[in-house]
Amino acid sequence: MNITLLANLLPLFAATPTPAEDPASTFIRLLTVFLLAMWVGFEVITKVPQRLHTPLTSGSNAISGVTVVGALVVAGSLTTGFGTLFGLLAILLAMINVAGGFVVTHRMLEMFNPKKK
Amino acid sequence: MSSQAWINLAYLTASMLFIVAFKQMSGPRTAVRGNLLGATGMAIAILAACFEQPVTTSIAEYGIWPLFMLIVFAAIGGGIGATMAIRWPMTGMPQMVALLNGFGGAASMLVAAAELTSTRAVSRFEESARQASAAASLEPWTQFAIAIGLACFIGSVTLTGSLVAFGKLQELPQFKKPWDNPNRQWINLALAVTALFLLWGVFGTSQLLFFLLLVLVAAALGVTLTLPIGGADMPVVICLLNSYSGLAAAAAGFVIDNSVLVIAGSLVGASGLILTAIMCKAMNRSLLGVLFGGLGTTSTVDADEVYAGKIKSAETEELAMILEQADRVVIVPGYGLAVAQAQHAVRELADVLEARGTSVEYAIHPVAGRMPGHMNVLLAEADIPYEQLREMDDINPSFPETDVAIVIGANDVVNPAARNDPDSPIAGMPILDVDKAQTVIVIKRSLSPGFAGIPNPLFAADNTLMYFADGKKALIELTAAVTRD
Repeated sequence: MNITLLANLLPLFAATPTPAEDPASTFIRLLTVFLLAMWVGFEVITKVPQRLHTPLTSGSNAISGVTVVGALVVAGSLTTGFGTLFGLLAILLAMINVAGGFVVTHRMLEMFNPKKK
Repeated sequence: MSSQAWINLAYLTASMLFIVAFKQMSGPRTAVRGNLLGATGMAIAILAACFEQPVTTSIAEYGIWPLFMLIVFAAIGGGIGATMAIRWPMTGMPQMVALLNGFGGAASMLVAAAELTSTRAVSRFEESARQASAAASLEPWTQFAIAIGLACFIGSVTLTGSLVAFGKLQELPQFKKPWDNPNRQWINLALAVTALFLLWGVFGTSQLLFFLLLVLVAAALGVTLTLPIGGADMPVVICLLNSYSGLAAAAAGFVIDNSVLVIAGSLVGASGLILTAIMCKAMNRSLLGVLFGGLGTTSTVDADEVYAGKIKSAETEELAMILEQADRVVIVPGYGLAVAQAQHAVRELADVLEARGTSVEYAIHPVAGRMPGHMNVLLAEADIPYEQLREMDDINPSFPETDVAIVIGANDVVNPAARNDPDSPIAGMPILDVDKAQTVIVIKRSLSPGFAGIPNPLFAADNTLMYFADGKKALIELTAAVTRD
């Protein structure tokens, strides 16, 4: 039963709708993905110990920089001057977020795991 | 498989890696791998984005230059981020997280704005308008506009809110005085209502002006919401902004119809919400109370009544003797310890005690520090082993078997009134039960109250010895005294 459920959910991950998909369906498809991921997030993150909550925050911070994907697409499409400018600025800011977040998280986690002397 | 299908598969892989990354955060060893997996997922998603059809079309038309431009901007951003991350001091971690949250929110807002100005948006609106004359609604445009409006709104609030939070945490002079305009709730309400109207307005138009106004109103709201929040409540704000930055990314995902943005964004949104709830619970505050109000009830307990004639202060030699006879010592550090930069001094005292065969552990309250888990990072930086850092619920039952509890720079989180006095403003707040230890040593400069502004009966308890001194100096002197004997 779970397998059929999964099979039904798989098309949700398709990023681009079939040409026939109407906007309301697109919206609901993305909303489904959103709510399911939210739920997975709650399940997984409640298991993180409080001792690691700072690296969790900075690590999740880095992951929120995923908006760089959107920035690359809108900047790369070169449709209008403004669009490209906004997109490039977004790439810059999102990449500061991504690189800063992952590197500082690594730095912190290394401190929790001191090298054997 | 079409090239779009390969790209989607890459996004799916990235999404799964993000989930595994969060999952691996459950222990310090796996967390290192988890973080690297998260970074790998991000690299995969970024690479896949470069093969998206809008980008490849540009490359086909203009050659390699568009791609080059994207890489240059990404490299500059990455370089700035990595440099910040390597140089930033651990005590300033909340500021850095605040700043990065703001950048993330701003990026999501810009993605939505860029998409709005693109020809795709214009054609979508025109098509909607054409259909509307035939049918009855602007439906295709509405779906799109909700997402753009939300991404602009959340992104903008996150940006300015984070910058204000950064300023307050960094203790910039402009933010020293809390903003206590008596009408601020009305100002917030007016801004929120205006934002709602603008959101509603964008559903019926493709005018850039509405979005611009929406961004400006949201920016103002970010400032007015964050400015009045006091220093002690900063951990909640950091968590909330973290959640917002994720939600902004998810909204941007709705705008450009991209599942990896939606998944990663909602994971971060969930993470921030959980941490917000944990922080509120640990501080005995409601989220609405943090956002809109002061502490609520004020103290009715008179400090003189609690302390009069009951305070026992001790000298270094006496305390050193007590420590030498202890089998088990628990150190309770508060943010005052980090301010005094005394983490290394703590570890030196612990080293000396351990060398004598005493077991030493650290009891960490969830709000010790300025963001969730901050104190643990500061102690880890001083090479204190992860296993000795104990969480509140974990260590509380063992206080009765503890010979000496040393409280440094903590106050409200060890106040037994939270447990014993139902009328106390902090009644019900989870605390560390240090008062149950055989002997409690409180290192503190004076009897001044903590953030809650109430006296602490612990200081007057029979088993408590006060050591009035600067935290770092006190620790160094204690260490020296124990070593001498």
